[in-house]
Amino acid sequence: MNIVVCIKRVPMTQEVDLIIDEGKKGVRKEELAYVINDWDNYAIEEAVLLQEKFGGTVTAVTIGDEEDEEVLRRALAMGADKSVRVDPGARELDGFVVAGILARVIRDLEFDLVLTGVQADDDNLGMVGIMVAEKLGIGHASVVVGVEPEGDQARVKVELEGGMDEVSNLRLPALLTVQTGINEPRYVSIMGIRKARKKELNVIGVEELGLSEEDLTPMTRIEEVFLPPETDGAEMLEGDSSAVAEQIIRIIREKGVSI
Amino acid sequence: MGEILVVVEHRKGEIREITREMLFKARELCSGASHELAAVVLVGDDAGSMVQEVAKMADKVLVFQGPRFENFDSHVYGEVLTSLVRERKPFLTLIGHTSWGMDIAPALAVKSGYPLATDCVNILLEDGRPFAIRQIYSGKLFSRVSFRESAGYVFTVRPGAFLVPEGELQREGQIEMHEPYPHMAKTGKEFLEFVDTGAGDVDITQAELLVSVGRGVGEEENIARIRELADVMGGTLSCSRPVVDKNWLPKYHQVGTSGKSVKPKVYFALGISGAFQHVAGIAGAGTVIAVNKDKKAPIFRVADYGVVDDLFNVVSALKEKL
Repeated sequence: MNIVVCIKRVPMTQEVDLIIDEGKKGVRKEELAYVINDWDNYAIEEAVLLQEKFGGTVTAVTIGDEEDEEVLRRALAMGADKSVRVDPGARELDGFVVAGILARVIRDLEFDLVLTGVQADDDNLGMVGIMVAEKLGIGHASVVVGVEPEGDQARVKVELEGGMDEVSNLRLPALLTVQTGINEPRYVSIMGIRKARKKELNVIGVEELGLSEEDLTPMTRIEEVFLPPETDGAEMLEGDSSAVAEQIIRIIREKGVSI
Repeated sequence: MGEILVVVEHRKGEIREITREMLFKARELCSGASHELAAVVLVGDDAGSMVQEVAKMADKVLVFQGPRFENFDSHVYGEVLTSLVRERKPFLTLIGHTSWGMDIAPALAVKSGYPLATDCVNILLEDGRPFAIRQIYSGKLFSRVSFRESAGYVFTVRPGAFLVPEGELQREGQIEMHEPYPHMAKTGKEFLEFVDTGAGDVDITQAELLVSVGRGVGEEENIARIRELADVMGGTLSCSRPVVDKNWLPKYHQVGTSGKSVKPKVYFALGISGAFQHVAGIAGAGTVIAVNKDKKAPIFRVADYGVVDDLFNVVSALKEKL
């Protein structure tokens, strides 16, 4: 079973103050720490688990500059066999352009399954994976929480809203967008990442792919980034922990809960 | 003057709430620009009253009925919608930003060549030009998105972004039965079953007080401390998605769109940042008290009371007092 997994490096934004940049089209990124997109981490783990069970190769693909190779080396350390970075140069990217680039790269690889995360933690698009599938002309499923390949198809579990999963058989090759929680991603040590440096990492310039100008022209553009609209917000409880605890107990009792 | 097309989402014979929300928003967009509102329903042989219900909210209902529409199949939806969009060239197409919608919309955008904006919390028309408002960085910021000029545009709409007022939308839309496209290729998907993942030993939907824990709990060992607090307070333990993803608590404890919607008198959120999928699940809560280290955490936007502190300081202080 040959698997391609598409991954992305994203800024870590939990417990971080994001500062809108001067052009108001994005955020200041200088002081942000970067990590593997959470969903993609699960996608890599799923690819490696399937490979351990059924054999074949896992290829990790990302689009970005040299620093983004960090996530490829991480994927290689987790068990991927080889990796590809497409350097977009100064090209402006949106979901549509990214999908076009990924589909073009994947077309030349051997694959039974393509895995992506459901979405990326930065732009929260959730469109790239399915666009790649459509461009490759293969079947697809979104928000996948279980995969069991069997012959030329896979039993796929999709997470729906409201505590419900949908189970289907899907003919391979297919693309699945992977939901968090599908597995428990393995720990990656610094040593492991160092060792993975010996594995294959190919770099391709986007202009070498032979994509048309149409394919490389974004369909969408962020005109402005802004802070969430003001809400009344929470009444903040002040004081030391003891004073805060007293206020919490009082509020809960006032609302008719006996504690 | 053009058409706004809403793709009706339904499951087990029931229209999903997102459908009403989209129809409501589409109506608003129509009235500003004299567009026509069409809803498309793909449904199995037994449609029940679904088509009539949709007709109350649309000018036109386009119905594709037959056994092959019995269960959701992104391939089948893709084929039908692509043909429909090519034929009718709707100015705007609205699809729910749900597991199903996320599987259809990007494929439709590629096939039709129309631009797509996903997970929109608002759709604006300015001088006839569409713009999308959507959240980025997990809701910490908003963005305003414009599109390359096109005959039509596709949007996926965030569930809960447009709340439907009671008692409106009593139209008598015209119902058009369409022949299922006969040339449709054989699908590679076969539906097997639905599995209920919400059942378990604890029913968080019935609790008066939920003591709910999120990513901020840090380690699996710490869950026990929150469970103790819930016991001391006489509340029920619940959690947000990251805790279930890490297998620290079973799925039936999870509050949110993919878990359960809850309606306690008090929802006590500890170390929960407040992703929209989570917040959607506590819309029915009476009072929300949130504790988080990050003063910018989105949970404080919806909470009634907030504490900026390490949750364990608050947990220890509460245990001492009770």
